[in-house]
Order: sequence, then C-alpha cells, then structure tokens
Amino acid sequence: MIDTAARWMMLGEWRAHPARVAVAALAIAIGVALGLAVHIVNQSALGSFAKALASVNGAADLQVHSTSPTGFDEALYPRLARLPGVAAASPVVELVAGNNGTKLTLIGLDILRAVKVTPALVASAGIGSPIAGGQNPFATDALALSPAALADSGRKVGDHITVTAVGRSVDFTIASVLAGDNEAIAVADIAAVQWRLGQIGRLQRVDLKLAEDADAAAVGGAITAMLPADAQLVTPRSEANRTESLSRAYRVNLEMLAMMALLTGGFLVYSAQSLSVARRRPQFALLRVLGLKRGRLLRQMVLEGGIVGIIGAVMGLAMGIGLASLAVDRLGGDLGGGYFRGSHPELMLSPGAALVFMGLGIAVAMGGSLMPALEAARAQPAVALKTMGDSSDPTHHPLAWPGLALLGLGAIAALAPPVLELPLFGYAAMALMLAGGVLAMPWLARTLLAPLQSVAAGPALGLALKRLWGAPGQAAVALCGIVASTSLMVAMAVMVTSFRGSVDDWLVQILPSDLYLHIEGAEAGGLDTNMQARLAATPGVSSIRFVRSLPLRLSPERPPIALTAQPLDRRNPDSHLPLLRPSLAAPPGEIPVWVSEPMVWLYGKHAGERMTLPLGDRARPVFIAGVWRDYARQFGAITMASADFTALTGDATRSEAAIDVVPGTPLPALTSALRQRLPAGIARQAQFAEPRQMRVMALALFDRSFAVTYALEAIAIGIGLAGVAATFSAQTLARRREFGMLRHIGVSRRQVTAMLAAEGALLGAIGGIAGIALGVVMSQVLIHVVNPQSFHWTMDTRLPWALFAALLAALVVAAAGTAVLAGRRALSADAVRAVREDW
Amino acid sequence: MRWLLVVLALLLGAAGPVLPDYAVVKPGAVLRFPADHGAHPEFRTEWWYVTGWLRTADGKDLGFQFTVFRTRPPVDQANPSRFAAKQVIFAHAALSDPSIGHLLHDQRIARAGFGLADAAIGNARLVIDDWQLLRAADGRFHAAVASRAKGSAFALDLTLTPGQAELLQGDAGYSRKGPSAREASHYYSVPHLRVTGSVVRGGVRQAVTGTAWLDREWSSTLLNPAAVGWDWTGLNLDDGSALTLFRVRDAKGAALWAGGSLRRGDGSRLTFAPGDVRFASARQWRSPRTGALYPVAPVVGARIDGRWHEWPVTPLFDDQELDSRRGGGPVYWEGAVRVPGGRGYLELTGYQSALKM
Repeated sequence: MIDTAARWMMLGEWRAHPARVAVAALAIAIGVALGLAVHIVNQSALGSFAKALASVNGAADLQVHSTSPTGFDEALYPRLARLPGVAAASPVVELVAGNNGTKLTLIGLDILRAVKVTPALVASAGIGSPIAGGQNPFATDALALSPAALADSGRKVGDHITVTAVGRSVDFTIASVLAGDNEAIAVADIAAVQWRLGQIGRLQRVDLKLAEDADAAAVGGAITAMLPADAQLVTPRSEANRTESLSRAYRVNLEMLAMMALLTGGFLVYSAQSLSVARRRPQFALLRVLGLKRGRLLRQMVLEGGIVGIIGAVMGLAMGIGLASLAVDRLGGDLGGGYFRGSHPELMLSPGAALVFMGLGIAVAMGGSLMPALEAARAQPAVALKTMGDSSDPTHHPLAWPGLALLGLGAIAALAPPVLELPLFGYAAMALMLAGGVLAMPWLARTLLAPLQSVAAGPALGLALKRLWGAPGQAAVALCGIVASTSLMVAMAVMVTSFRGSVDDWLVQILPSDLYLHIEGAEAGGLDTNMQARLAATPGVSSIRFVRSLPLRLSPERPPIALTAQPLDRRNPDSHLPLLRPSLAAPPGEIPVWVSEPMVWLYGKHAGERMTLPLGDRARPVFIAGVWRDYARQFGAITMASADFTALTGDATRSEAAIDVVPGTPLPALTSALRQRLPAGIARQAQFAEPRQMRVMALALFDRSFAVTYALEAIAIGIGLAGVAATFSAQTLARRREFGMLRHIGVSRRQVTAMLAAEGALLGAIGGIAGIALGVVMSQVLIHVVNPQSFHWTMDTRLPWALFAALLAALVVAAAGTAVLAGRRALSADAVRAVREDW
Repeated sequence: MRWLLVVLALLLGAAGPVLPDYAVVKPGAVLRFPADHGAHPEFRTEWWYVTGWLRTADGKDLGFQFTVFRTRPPVDQANPSRFAAKQVIFAHAALSDPSIGHLLHDQRIARAGFGLADAAIGNARLVIDDWQLLRAADGRFHAAVASRAKGSAFALDLTLTPGQAELLQGDAGYSRKGPSAREASHYYSVPHLRVTGSVVRGGVRQAVTGTAWLDREWSSTLLNPAAVGWDWTGLNLDDGSALTLFRVRDAKGAALWAGGSLRRGDGSRLTFAPGDVRFASARQWRSPRTGALYPVAPVVGARIDGRWHEWPVTPLFDDQELDSRRGGGPVYWEGAVRVPGGRGYLELTGYQSALKM
C-alpha cells in the first residue's frame, strides 16, 4: 500500500513538473551523446586510418621498413627472402611524391613478388591483376593510380602524368586504376622507380609473407638480428600501436571532455532531485509516519534518478549516433585535429561502447540522486511535516574540510606520473578538484556572505543576504551547477589561451626570415646543390639558409620523428632554435644535436646525454646539446648542423629554405624569380610563404583543431545555465508562501522582485567567482600535467581576463534574470491563498 | 604448357619503350653441349620441359612434369637497376596421381636476379626460389620442387640420368613451327631419362623410379597468328625408340603445321614433314570445371617409309586438366599417357578458349 503510494507520489511529481524531469534527462542525454559521439568518431577515424595505412602497406604479415626515406641497401632483400619461415618477400620502393601540387605515395613494386605478399597492392579496379589486364607490367613509363590519386590528378587512363619526387620530375602514362580506396597511391615497376627516381640500390620496404607453419615471433627475432641500423621490423602489432599513438592523446582528451559534460549533467540531476526532495519533504515525512522504512525511501529516490538516467541514456544513444555522423560529415574523422589528412571514415558503431556510455549516464544520474535521497531519508518526519524548503538549522555551520580535503587530494593526484602515456591521474585530479570545489560551496557561500551581513542595505538586498546566508544548502544546490560548468570552461579557456599565446610567440621566434620555401614531397631529397646555388644567386636574396627535413623512425611503435638539418653555429644555436636552456658544448669529436621537448618525454632523452640516430647502415652516436620548444611535431624532432648531416649521410640535398631579402625587394617578384630558377616539376611542388601568412595559417589550424573543444565547452556551459534556470525557478516557486508572507507584512511586489534579483545576482556572482577561481586552479593541472603528459609540450600560463569579466557578467545577469522571471510567476498567485497554504 | 609461355610473352610484349634486340632462330646453327643445356638469354623465350612416368615401391604409377621457362620481356635495356626485368623465370610443376584423380600443381614466377631466380649460361642451372633444375658435370639432371599450396602440397626430388644422346629435332635442331620460315625454334630432346628419387604426397615421402623426357626449345618468334592451340606428345617406346609428334591448330581445328621425329634405339632418325603427322580424335573428355572438351585419347599416327603407323593413346586418367587462370595463365590438358609398347606425355592446349592474339 505504501509502495503504491510512493510510486503514485513519484509519478505525480513527474506529472506536475515534467519540464524539470525533462531537463535533467536531457542533461544526461547530452552527456551520454557527447561521450558516445566522440568515441564513435575516434574509433571510426582510427579504423579508417588503419585501413588507409594497410592499403599503402598491402597488409603483409611482416614488414622491414627503412628508418628514413633514403631507404636501405637492396642487398638486404635476398637475405630476407632466404630466411627460414619466410614464404615470400616483396621488395618495395616507397616515395612521397607530388603531382601538380597534390601529394601521393609512389610505390615501386616487383609485381611478381607483390602478388604473393601484398595482393591488395596489385589488385586493379578492373580485371584480376595488371598481368591479366594486358598491360606490360615492367614498362618503364606505366603507372597505376588509385582512384583517389586519379581524381586528384584530374586525368584519365591513357593520359600522361608528371610525378615529382626526390627532386626529380618523371613522366608516366596512366596505365590502369588500382582497386578502390581513399589513399592517393601510384604504383609502378620497382626497376622503373629505382632508375628514374634515383633510387638505384635502395629500398624503403621489404614486405614479407610468412610460411603457414612459421613462428612469427621467432622469424621476427631472426630478422631483427640481421637488420642494419637503417631498417627496422614492423609487425602488424607495432603498426597498430604507431597508428594508435598518432592521435591517442588527442582522442583521450576529447573523450575526457565529453565525460566532463556528462558529469555536469550529473550535477543537474543532483540539483533537480534536491529541489524535488525539498518540495516533497512533507510528503516523505507523511510516508515515513505511515511506516515507510528509511531504506525504502532511499531506494525510491535513487530509483527515480535511475529512471531519469535511463530515459536520458536512451535519448543520448540516438543523439550520440546522430552527432557522430554529423561530426564526421562536417569535420572529418579527427574532428578537425589535423591528424588524419582528408579522411572521411565510415561510422564504426560498437554496442559495447554504447552500453558503457549508457551505463555511465545512468550511474551519474543515480549518483546525482543519492545525496538528496540520503538527506531526505535522514530528515526528522515531525519537523519535515511542518516545514517546506530548507530543513537545516540556519545556525548550523557548513563544514569546510570535506571540500578542502578533496581539493588537496586533487593536488596530490596532479603530481602523479602518466599511466600508459596518458595523464589519467591528471584527469582524476581535475575531477577531485571539481568535486571538492562543489562540496565546499555551502561553506564558501556563507564565508563570502558573512562580511556582508553587517553592511547596511535596503530591505530587498538585506532580505536576499539573510536568505542566502540562512539557507546555504539550497544556495549550494543552485551554485554547484554554476561552479561545475564555469570552472570547467575557465580551465579549458585558460589552457587554450595559454597554448595559443605560447604558439604565437614560438612562431615569431622560429620564423625570423622574410620568406620561406618548402618543397612538397621532398622527404627523400629535393633541392640538390646546383639548385641551391642557383637559388642563392637570385638577385634580391641577401642570405638563404637551406634546411633538410626528413622523417626518421626511431621506434616501430611510434610515429616517425622529424630530423632537420640546418646551418647552425654549433656553439651558439640559440639564434635559430627556441632553446629552453642554453646549449651545452659537445665534447670534442662528438656530433651535437638538439632535441625538441616531446623527445624528452617520449624517448627519455635529456640534454647532456648521448643517443644514436639510424642514419645510413650504422647507428650514429650523437650528443644531445640542448632541448628546444616545438609545438609543430608532437612526436618529436631532432635538429643538427647542416654540415654534420651531410657528413653523416652524404646527402647534400635540402627540402626547405629560409630566405632573407635585400631591403626594398618586392616579395612577389622575388618569389617568381626563385620559382623560375627551379626545374619545372620542382617548381610545381614548391610552396613559398611569408612568416605572416604562416602564422595566420598556423593559428587558423590551431583554432580549427580546438573547434570541437570550444563546442564541447559551450555545451557544458549551456548545461550549467540550464541547471541554474531550472534550480532558480523551482526554488522560487517553492517559496510562494514566503512571498505571500512578505506581501502580508507590507513588502511591495517590486521589493520582492528586487530581492529575488539580488539573490540571483549574488548567487551568480559567488558561483562565478568560485568557478573562475576553481577553473584557474584546474587549468594549471591542464597546463602542467595533462598537456605535457599527453602532447609532450609545455606552455606559459596566460589568463583571459576579458573572458572572465564577460563570463561573470553573463552569469550574474542570467541568474538574476531567471530568478526574476520565476518570481513573477510565483508572485502572480494570490498572496492570501499562498499564506493560507501554510496552515 | 608451352602455351603458357606464349601467353606470357605476348602479354609482356604488349608495349615497350626500347625493345631488346632478340636473336633470330636460323637454320644451320650448330648445337653444342653442354653449352646449349644452358640458357640463351638473347632469345625471347626458352624452356626446360621435363615430363615422365614414376613408379612407387608398391608398384603404383604416377606422372609428373616440371617446367622452367625463361622469357626476355621488352624492358628498357639501359635500366641499371638490378630489379630491371631483363629476364623473367617461370616454373610449373604438376603431379598426376590416379588415386587422387586430378593434378596437384603449383608455380613460381620471378624476375631473374639477386640469386633468387636465375637461368645460367653454359649449363642447365635453373633456380627459382626453392625450386631448381641443375645439370651436374656427369650429365645427370637434378630436379627439386616443393609445393606448400593449400590442399595440394607435394614435392619432387628426382635425379634424371640420360641413357641416350641428345635428340636434335627438325633439321639438326632447327624446328619449324609454322608455314613461315620465321616461325621456328631451336629444339632438342633428351628421351629415355632414367629417374630415381622420391615423391612427397600428403606429407609422406616415397622412393620412386621411372622414365622421363626432357624437351628444350628456344626462340624469339614461334607461332603463326592464326594458331589457336597445339597438341604435342613425346613417347618413350619400350624398344628404346623415341617418338615426338606435334601439330599447331587453327580455329577450325585443322593443322596449320605439324612435325615430329622417330629415333630408334640404334640411333637412326626419321624427321616428319607436316603431311606425315596425324592426330585423330577418338574418345573425348569434358572438364566439369571449365567445360572444355579434350581429345584425351587420340590415335596419333606418323607416315614412316610411306606407310602410316598408328598409336592409340590412353591417358593415365582423364582429369589431367590444369587451370592456371588464377595465376594469369591458360587452361590446358597435360597428362601422362600410354600407347601399346610405350609411355609418355600428351599436351592439349587451346581447347577451353582460343588464344586471342
């Protein structure tokens, strides 16, 4: 009977306030949707990127890959092919190439070998294989293009196409189209590529197929033992790790942000349930008097939250899938992060992930109900039967220590090292700080209001102050939503502002010249010494620094690092490198290199230590003379003096140039003069940029990659404000009898409205200030823990004061406005009737 | 099987920037041994073609063929890359086991180079990955083949000992293949090779003995454009004779060209003119896989001293069809056959579909 009554009460409450339930459920739904959408997009992007990689690699069992684009000696190929356990070996020349300014991967294949090892690479879009296609597979000028490369080139089968790589431009005839995929790939005969692109004697890859009965680990071990320094074994597993680590930190950070949105939703459930409990206190008391057990009531309340959670989670599931497909459509698979170039992945839906996020949503909703439920169950039925609203004693002082303890725990967690290269403790620290901040709100509100108690003020403000001071629990309910969402937003905003500012400074520092030249697709070499001399002799060039930049694989598990060689004064490299600390002098006879900040984090390499570089067939020992700041290459970069690079590798080609101009020389004229001095194919791959343009471009890229972050933040603040509105209107409506009494004793309608506005403004101000303060603290965790641990770079804190001011103003206005709006409704009821309700 | 090479050569020859300067088959060229056992890389195509009968210790008959082709694709001869496909090696092996009822077969293809695939000059030394056909200084051939192909794993490890001198086909090794004098090859055979060694089937190694036949041909221009297929048989007769018969067919099934030889045990030799050779279809067999209809039991005839002699041919079993379309090759029938007083191999090509030229 009592159960029936309880159920009836719950349904009655929902029927009476459907909007409130809906808002709470919607908050959970948004949280679940964001989490799920980010997860789906991440998985889809990763899946499509892995697929793209597999299509370039052709899905071999094992692969021996060169550590740098200059490849390794082809003599390794027959040795690998003869190894026991290797069923077939396919030698591959792989070059980053360009065609008319677009980028493609040029693959030189021995089709007769590849057919056994990587059949996907030789499958043509038409019939069976190029052999059956009736083409001469060994033709020196025949090229097979993937559909993407064909589309990029704007040509058709039978047309001529110029491919530029390694500083050479070579004409091919498009002979056939490869079986479809998204990557821009061109396949030609291995001998043709070796000959025509200057790769005689060199291979970048040998793809291996293992015998069916071979022990992959044993074969892998035997291969590793025989590899020269400039080649490394790539297993499907290490390749997967490499792919995964490419964007892992970015993806995890996005998922964490989405989780924060879900958490904010939880606070909303908490505030909705708190109010609902407050309003129903007499009903609960009645039930208790009728014999309902305390535990039963508790279960009932948590169940209510759970049902809200289920509704929200189911809505969130649908919204999440919709959001994911929209995001992939609009922003691409990496949500604008720039990790996967031009990828348009298929959505990968996993029921497991959906269940996890729904479960989280329901758990958060139930958790949000737990505190109000405990409070309701604890209440004395006799007192509760009589009073509505705050049951707590105004003289009772809220405790400071639980909140402060959580804040302290958060600070301790922030000191912990990364787990699996992810800042998991950093996030835990932020969650603890958030919880601590919210828990400390009643105490903080009272502490902040205490000095105002003695301030002589008008009746409206006085009443408002008294009310807030006397009912800190209710004030805290309204505040926690504001604090949670404000602090999260502020933390992100401070981090992004600091990051952007540091990047901007860094760009100025690393772009001191007037004009920059970059040769696209020149990883294996671009400008030879002749071309360099011709460029340097261009009238108008006052000085020119040639830079060689190439990817270098230090570990098969990680994305390649960038090795750059540039003219540097070995003793004083500061003028060209943004060093964190002054450079060390290399011991005599040792080659100094300077590593970027991520190298320190990823490879544990510090200044003063030695490391080896896999350049040429031997590992070259070098001395780390310093660490420099780099925001461009998250996976690490090493720079060395030009002369040292040429001496080590014999490679005198360069891929970039920084040009200082004779004052008064018009840049457009100089650019075209420089372009004319390059061979036609290279000129088409040449990109000129002024530092100003590059900075604008870099910052635009920066903003694009943070676009999703901004969007998530806006949603979090939206949820927070919705919470404030819901809380205020509910609280105000619940106080109709109070207003009636005030009207009875002569307070004017206007004064009540002013009182409400003052209450709202005070709450908004307190919440805003507390939120901003908490946010700044949390931003330090983002800046000093989360960013270095996930992206391996540091930045200097910058505070966006204007944003703080605007945020505070918005909160005060929104809170006061909602309070007044809600108050109008409450005041419109008949005052006398309202007072009568009290009896 | 020879057909396969022709197909390959045609495909490879579709278009090329600088055609290699192929050597021309000329009458009157004198074959010298052992040098001519080795490769002739200046010619466009060449093959080493071993077929034979084997008998296991428990008296079961098997047929086998192991063929190595060399082809010289029309690639730019100036390319200094070691990968330049100046020579391509192709090998094919098949085992005919009546208890299995169809062929076990596998193939290897690779460009010559890096010691992984090679056809040496000066003596027969053919290597393609783990397969090889080597001729030792004492004149014995050694053939090693291992297939790990799914469901048809087998291996051959055979020593072939010549008991007779090389048999020069046609006019002292100059063998016409068509109505034009250009359509010819250098052609010799080594019949009555004594075989010892072992065969692995189903993971079980068994010792075998038997008799085999080696065919060697090289040419740059082989077939008439009107040819759609050809039939060939090489028979080791019990009296020590070796009978070779072949014909090149046009689309109507008529012979565009025919030829062959009979060398008796005493070394005396007859060379057949096109009008002296006959392939009469008797029983036919239709492949359930490809639908091709093969004259698997023909009656072959040759006019010797003005009189027709006939040998009714019986296959070891009917289904000795080989479908190599997945590897880009043709469909053909190549099997161990018997005649009264002799055994050998029969090749029937161009029955599944006419070769498009």
